[in-house]
Amino acid sequence: MRISQKFEELKDKNEKALIAYVCAGDPDPETTPSIVNALVEAGADIIELGLPFSDPVADGPTIQAATCRAIEAGMNTERYFEMIKDLEVNVPLICMTYYNLIYRQGSKNFVKKCAEAGISGLIIPDLPLHEADELIEICKEEGIDNIFLVAPNTSDQRLDAISSKSSGFIYVVSKLGVTGEGKNISSNVAGLLDKINSNLPKAVGFGISNRKHVEEMVAAGADAVIVGSTFVNIIASKDNVISRLKEITKDLKEGCR
Amino acid sequence: MNHYYGDYGGQYVPEILMPALQELEEAYEQYKADPEFTSQLDDYLENYAGRSTPLYYAKNMSDKYGIKIYLKREDLVHGGAHKLNNTLGQALLAKFMGKKRLIAETGAGQHGTATAMVGAKLGFETMVYMGSKDVKRQLPNVYRMKLMGTEVVSVDTGSKTMKDAINEALRDWVTNVGDTHYLIGSVVGPYPFPKIVRDFQSVIGREVKEQVMKVEGRYPDSIVACAGGGSNAMGIFYPFLDDKVNLFAVEAGGEKLREDDKIAYHSASLATGEEGILHGARTKVLQNKDGQILESTSIAAGLDYAGVGPELARLSETGRVKPCYITDMEALEAFHELSRLEGIIPALESSHAIAYVMKMADSGILGDTVVINLSGRGDKDLQTIMDMEE
Ligand SMILES: Cc1ncc(COP(=O)(O)O)c(C=O)c1O
Repeated sequence: MRISQKFEELKDKNEKALIAYVCAGDPDPETTPSIVNALVEAGADIIELGLPFSDPVADGPTIQAATCRAIEAGMNTERYFEMIKDLEVNVPLICMTYYNLIYRQGSKNFVKKCAEAGISGLIIPDLPLHEADELIEICKEEGIDNIFLVAPNTSDQRLDAISSKSSGFIYVVSKLGVTGEGKNISSNVAGLLDKINSNLPKAVGFGISNRKHVEEMVAAGADAVIVGSTFVNIIASKDNVISRLKEITKDLKEGCR
Repeated sequence: MNHYYGDYGGQYVPEILMPALQELEEAYEQYKADPEFTSQLDDYLENYAGRSTPLYYAKNMSDKYGIKIYLKREDLVHGGAHKLNNTLGQALLAKFMGKKRLIAETGAGQHGTATAMVGAKLGFETMVYMGSKDVKRQLPNVYRMKLMGTEVVSVDTGSKTMKDAINEALRDWVTNVGDTHYLIGSVVGPYPFPKIVRDFQSVIGREVKEQVMKVEGRYPDSIVACAGGGSNAMGIFYPFLDDKVNLFAVEAGGEKLREDDKIAYHSASLATGEEGILHGARTKVLQNKDGQILESTSIAAGLDYAGVGPELARLSETGRVKPCYITDMEALEAFHELSRLEGIIPALESSHAIAYVMKMADSGILGDTVVINLSGRGDKDLQTIMDMEE
């Protein structure tokens, strides 16, 4: 499903989107589909599936550990695409990964495989806009969205450039830092959301870990929230994983209504 | 401003770091020609670092190997390695930029030590990230850093060496980008770091030019330097790029040039790596077929890195610089040989360059006059070597 279609659906229902991140292959490639199913069943609107990279510089300890577990358990690019092809969920799927894994396959080849597998968007935290010209062209041809990130310290000039080149949605990083569960979300996010001059939906991520955060972000003007480490921590605990994932997903989704 | 060297280089970093890279580039272009900046840096280089360093004619070694061998004595720079040339420059730049805090990665602990020195001297809060494997094999340097007031953070992820220390330093920088300067220790990372570090290290090559002219009346036939990230190599090569001098970058051949899906048993990224993106730059990288970065291996912690500076990757692609490698065992022999012949104990990193000259002296490819960049002294490695020889 296209990302834009999902956002239109939600708009009609007057809901915001819950975007759930998990790392593909964590704890092992066999379990990931059941995790994705649980998240979607419980209300996640979009799934962001990490393709694990050995050196994830934008991620904090929680997702770093998930990445290690996944690679240890045998997740790789080929299995990633196979796994996604076999998923039976009707929500947009986004591939989150680092640029070397794409570059290594050849951007064209990688994006083609994404399209074939049913992926609708790409998030690449170490690929800033000015290095992305070639990839943007390729993604356009294949109908894949390029989701770029903006941060609290992004200049107005870059905000405009990023807004005009992004598709799908704009990923608004809530804080200076890496991914990981947070205590509080900065009150400055509202100002940042205001400054972004775009018709695209704005999704806030990094540090969003509970219903209160979700409600704050919705009140601040977010069209979507991205939650990752909270899910990953539950997966890492090995304790009642599926039912706890469902429970928290329901709660977070409630905050989007 | 072009951020590339041929196809290599660029800025593959999280958006959060873009303002910092732009600020750094602007500040560097502004201050590098500022008389106040350059006169302060020159003063520090002379009176704090102890420059210029000698170009020493190694007579005993020359007699034994049958060619004229000069050693550029970067081991005599304060701290015991070339690293201080760069840290003085960058720390002063950070001071001019109004930064309050320095962070750095370190492999051998030499760059960490050189960062600790400038942190103390110029009054920065300083934190150094070091792989836990390197903490164990370079303990004296860990203690030196602590003595100078630097906090050393042991990094226990991935290969537990420099690659992982850089990851952790980048995460710190993303989090504290406002008041912190990331003082990167080699010609690696996103632009403008490869350029800034190369420029600050080029003092080595500029001195060699003058010194060798004085004693030989001509440039050497060859210059040989070890290459981890490539800063001592770029520093001594750069002023000679347009001259008729052969340039050899000696990488760590480790145990052997073998790799599996996770580990390279060497660190020869120029000689054997493939194009990829690591730590903000497109360069030659040791990686598996999927693009996962391999753990590298070397007896020399400072060469134990899966990437290499983008400019050096470009120069080796065009053929201007010749990449080559030396195994752990060959480096160890050279370590002993130089100690015995000249009474100079070289760093294990620099021992790779020495070993290459010993190995190739007869072949003719080096010509008859060679300058070796003796990038550091070996005191830090004594424990490693004693343990190995037990
Ligand atoms: C003495 C010495 N030589 C060489 C190196 C390798 O670094 P580079 O290739 O940047 O000169 C190091 C790094 O720690 C070092 O300590």
